[in-house]
Amino acid sequence: MSTQPRLVEVRQNVLKQNDLLARDLRRRFAAAGVRVVSLVSSPGSGKTALLEKILTLLQPQYRVAALVGDLATENDAARLSRSGAAVKQVTTGTICHLDAQMIERALAEWQLAELDMLYIENVGNLVCPSSYDLGEDLRLVLLSVTEGEDKPLKYPTIFNTADVAIITKIDLAEAVEFDRQSAHANIQAVRPGMRVFEVSAKTGAGMDELLRFLSTRILESAQVQAGSSFV
Amino acid sequence: MHELSIAMSMIEMAAEEAERRGGVQVHAIHLKLGQLSGVVRDALLFSYEVACAGTMLEGSSLIIEEVPVVVYCPTCHAETTLASLQRFCCGSCGALTSEIVRGKELEVIALEING
Repeated sequence: MSTQPRLVEVRQNVLKQNDLLARDLRRRFAAAGVRVVSLVSSPGSGKTALLEKILTLLQPQYRVAALVGDLATENDAARLSRSGAAVKQVTTGTICHLDAQMIERALAEWQLAELDMLYIENVGNLVCPSSYDLGEDLRLVLLSVTEGEDKPLKYPTIFNTADVAIITKIDLAEAVEFDRQSAHANIQAVRPGMRVFEVSAKTGAGMDELLRFLSTRILESAQVQAGSSFV
Repeated sequence: MHELSIAMSMIEMAAEEAERRGGVQVHAIHLKLGQLSGVVRDALLFSYEVACAGTMLEGSSLIIEEVPVVVYCPTCHAETTLASLQRFCCGSCGALTSEIVRGKELEVIALEING
């Protein structure tokens, strides 16, 4: 037997387990007719404020719920509960992102078929969440006007994995001399064709357009459900 | 800093493979790392060393092959390597494109083992 090291081919995706689980989740969500939207951003860019507003405004018409990731506290879940929607906190401890397994565990007691839309608020972080598929249909990346227009250029990977960008705290744009044109150009440079919304959760500016977009997603899902029952 | 948990998964994966082959010793893990994988090379190398301590892979090395981002251009149909992550455009005609062909890899491709 030779003691000379030799190379053996393995070929295994390191995040295979997460990806498989995310695929399962995506299938479950589709079967239950629930649309799943995740939110990623840096800490403090307004994920919770925006989500509270979204849940409150969608609540009368749709059955909405939220899972919210946080390193240590349950403050965000408490804030979101004020909307009246079902909310569950996922405390990640020292882990800087949510993964598919955390989502699966958090959903264990929920009846997905009773929901139209589920929101997942990731841990505030623009790096780590980009590697983990959570089984969501739509990933929103938030950028607040106070963070600077070049955020997309600094974190191209997360912007690239997202489907839609939302510029938040637009009511503060003038005060912080936010350069809209350059922000939009930077988003398009790292993710050409990306849909962008500008909103203020505080004043409600831009919320109508965003809600229309999100509602359309729910209706599309309902149509797919209705269609599939004839098959 | 999710590199530590990624390093731990890799080590676990390699240890299982080594066990499966009758407890061979693993000298190195060869990894393909895409520029858009969301994983930082240096942080992963550092985490790997830390995570190996006390496992059967202690003393082994992590050999990383970085994979640049390659995009497909729907305008001119060329596949080109992205010059900068700050600008997703075709290297041939300059049109913006978000069709990624390569660059998201986070894949163990081979193990260097004894015997």
